Amino acid sequence: MASVNQLIGVSLGYVVFLFAVAFFAERAAVRGRRGWLGSPMVYTLSLSIYCTAWTFYGAVGYAARSGMEFVTIYLGPSLVMIGWWWILRKLVRIGRAQRATSVADLISARYGKSNLLAVVVTVMAVIGVTPYIALQLQSVTLSLSVFSGPVGENSFNQPGAAFWIAVGLALFTVLFGTRNLNANERHDGVVIAIAVEAVVKLVALMAVGIFVVWGIAGGIGPMMERIDASPIGEWNIDRSRWIALTALSAAAFLCLPRMFQVMVVENQDERHLQIASWAFPLYLLLMSLFVVPIAVIGLDLMPAGANPDLFVLTVPLAEGRVGLATLSFLGGFSSATSMVIVATLALATMVSNHVVMPLWLSMREEGATVSGDVRDVVILARRASILVIIGLGYLYYRFSGGGAALAAIGLISFVGVAQFLPSMLGGIFWRGATRSGALTGLIVGFAVWVYCSLLPSFGPGSIYSLSMFENGPWGIASLRPEALFGIAGLDPTVHAVVWSLTLNTFAFLVVSLLSFPGPLERLQGAQFVNVFDHSTQTRGWDAAFATSEDLMIMSQRILGSEEAQNLFRAEARRQGVRGHLPEPTQAFLQQLERELAASVGSATAHAMISQLVGGASVSVQDLMAVADESAQILEYSNRLEAKSAELSRTALKLREANEKLTALSVQKDAFLSQISHELRTPMTSIRSFTEILRDTEGLGHVEKNKYATIIHGETIRLTRLLDDLLDLSVLENGQVNLNVETGRLSDVLEQAVVTAQAAATGPVAIKRRHLDEAILLTTDLDRLSQVFINLITNAQKYCDASAPELTIDVRNVNGAVSVVFADNGTPIAVQSRAVIFEKFARIDDSEGSGAGLGLAICREIMTRLGGDIRYEPAATGNAFVVDLPAPEALAAQ
Amino acid sequence: MTTPQQPPVFLERRSYRQRRLMDALRLLPIFGVLLWMFPLFWPATQDETAQAAPIPMSAAVIYVFVVWFVLIASSFALRHILRPTFEQQAADLGEADASEAR
Repeated sequence: MASVNQLIGVSLGYVVFLFAVAFFAERAAVRGRRGWLGSPMVYTLSLSIYCTAWTFYGAVGYAARSGMEFVTIYLGPSLVMIGWWWILRKLVRIGRAQRATSVADLISARYGKSNLLAVVVTVMAVIGVTPYIALQLQSVTLSLSVFSGPVGENSFNQPGAAFWIAVGLALFTVLFGTRNLNANERHDGVVIAIAVEAVVKLVALMAVGIFVVWGIAGGIGPMMERIDASPIGEWNIDRSRWIALTALSAAAFLCLPRMFQVMVVENQDERHLQIASWAFPLYLLLMSLFVVPIAVIGLDLMPAGANPDLFVLTVPLAEGRVGLATLSFLGGFSSATSMVIVATLALATMVSNHVVMPLWLSMREEGATVSGDVRDVVILARRASILVIIGLGYLYYRFSGGGAALAAIGLISFVGVAQFLPSMLGGIFWRGATRSGALTGLIVGFAVWVYCSLLPSFGPGSIYSLSMFENGPWGIASLRPEALFGIAGLDPTVHAVVWSLTLNTFAFLVVSLLSFPGPLERLQGAQFVNVFDHSTQTRGWDAAFATSEDLMIMSQRILGSEEAQNLFRAEARRQGVRGHLPEPTQAFLQQLERELAASVGSATAHAMISQLVGGASVSVQDLMAVADESAQILEYSNRLEAKSAELSRTALKLREANEKLTALSVQKDAFLSQISHELRTPMTSIRSFTEILRDTEGLGHVEKNKYATIIHGETIRLTRLLDDLLDLSVLENGQVNLNVETGRLSDVLEQAVVTAQAAATGPVAIKRRHLDEAILLTTDLDRLSQVFINLITNAQKYCDASAPELTIDVRNVNGAVSVVFADNGTPIAVQSRAVIFEKFARIDDSEGSGAGLGLAICREIMTRLGGDIRYEPAATGNAFVVDLPAPEALAAQ
Repeated sequence: MTTPQQPPVFLERRSYRQRRLMDALRLLPIFGVLLWMFPLFWPATQDETAQAAPIPMSAAVIYVFVVWFVLIASSFALRHILRPTFEQQAADLGEADASEAR
């Protein structure tokens, strides 16, 4: 048999090895060579601190007593990991976004950064977990005692060993757990040491298992036969425990402070969770694979009174495998130490951040602005907390007597921490959860747990008297600690789980429904629940009151001068400010608060900044503003949309205007070239004939007269053209003065016909119906007459019928008077009809002597007068319709 | 301000497959619960009214571990198949982080 001293030597060597691993891991991390330190496998292995000495030794004992029930402790966490998408993904995301340092910090941050809540959670965690730490100490000393032979024979002193183990663990935790302050910078040394220990315990348990199955039983088949033949060879479960323990272990897996520490706080990459989703259940499977075989063989080989909890050690020892037993001892030792280290670290962070620091801050009147390095205070607080917690664990171990009462504490501890579950899950999935609800739920659950689970665990006669168990306090049977409300016969653990969690959840829900959350709570609630929408931003500080200098001084004392300066410099660079000090904007204060929260917890960080910034950070108005933000954004976007539509409309108009201008410019060019052409033709003829008159000798009188007549005619034509142009220009520019008078349509027509016929060259028969013409007009009669003359002259000029005929017809439809000039000539070609009213538009260039301005002038005049002129194809020939201005026409007789 | 893009109603085959596998990932723990709670229906030793003989322990052990192994294998397979989707989501969140820091 190995002596205890040898074993202690091996353990010390192992511990030195762990220290070295942790030390080099820290060194590598500091140098930035994280490499495999940050690998998902290390993350998965670090999760294995779920498997403590209680599960390492205890699972076999559990299996020896109750068969497969032990596996429920692993089924719950496996389900949580496999269902990582539902809860863990969100938890890790929130933990990282909020820089949560512990489960207390998370809950406090969710419910408005309430320190009271953090303190309650911390106290509950300490009370729940300290006995668990004691259990680890007990398991190590118990396993040591196995090697020392029968109790009392040797000088092995169990409490003494426990003391030195506690000291060693405290030293390790202080050294590697409080090296740096920022909890989010992660404890690489600790994590690596835990990962190594995880491998050791898995290898140890599997080695024992393989030895048992193939070394003792002789293979899988014989092993199965021995299992069925053993005292636990039949399916024998308490169904309520099967359900309750699976649920409980799942809840504890989420709520245990040490699990939160490795799962959320030490998480370096959210993707590691995806690997762990299959790798960690695999680890648990391997851890529990050989539990039943070891238990069965242990029951078979060991004497009747042997402690089944120690089969992992005693079976190899009984078979003379000292090396294997030593490995197994190291496995148990690893399980115990890793759990104690991380649990202590997690609890110490909670205690220092939520109890010591707030107390210290409130004791100093100057608050956060005192001189001196707060970092030292925080680290000191954390180290003291570590010592106090391990000390508490040790004391608990000493005074509980290390007996069987301790063995039950594993599940009791689970029930205690599971009380965080309603507040935690409610907080991340339900925006309606309030601080009062969480507080009530936690306290109710905690009270029920203490009353129904913790205190009864000491057994009748220690804290509760026997009559208390049997008759309830003061004889009230419905308050019996293990049969609340008269429901007796339940398994005590199931009883405690059901009642504590039910009442906890009920209180949490009811009070949350009835109470109203504060502004900060509502903001945080939105941030937690909608963490994947990444749209909500905590709006916090009224930045006006803080000065950058104060903030800098405070940050330096918490983050360290170098880091604080880097942070401020980076922000200043981002803001584009010269120098080191950025403007204390809201965004910067939020960032700073989060950085500080990573060191001292969100509630303390919030309190510190609020001391500098002054007063409440969130007003109801702020909250309303946030609530209105989406509405505002919507409105803003609507406005933008409207503007954009308007802009495109304007652009369209501009484009149209531009097209018009371009068209006008083309028209103008055409007009100019037309005019030059029109002017040039008579001018050429005038020049030619004047040259003939000047240069030709001996022209006869008749010829001279003829040429002069031509010249005269051409100048008349020129004059007419210029008159027309002038007329048109005047009309187009709107400079015309209308000489409005009242007269009869028949008179105007009469005058026009007479004038036109006086200058006529061709005979056109004009047909009129004088009766219709008896209409009184009030307009510029001269101009109207001009239009009529023009139309009649046109007919005279262009009507090519053998017996030209012009019918002047007056239509009166409901007071709208039109005069139709219809001839019997060849109809104008369809394609030309569109342009006849344009300037210089002539149907046939060779024909006639007009410049093509007549109809253009007519249209301008009619437009000026408020009427219109249009072309209508008639049955035989052409018709021009002159619509007389309506109001004047109304004045008909 | 860009309005959030309306996701298309129908997806191409690949995205559709990824979505359904994502559903499978979500359903996996529920299957796990059902399968592991199934032993509640097994006849056990302490049942007084039991009609059948209790299940032998070796069968129970094999059942629990086979379920376990199947769940782990499914989780492993789904994680590997869905990796592109996860990477996409991580990238989206990273962008959001970056914009938050700005």
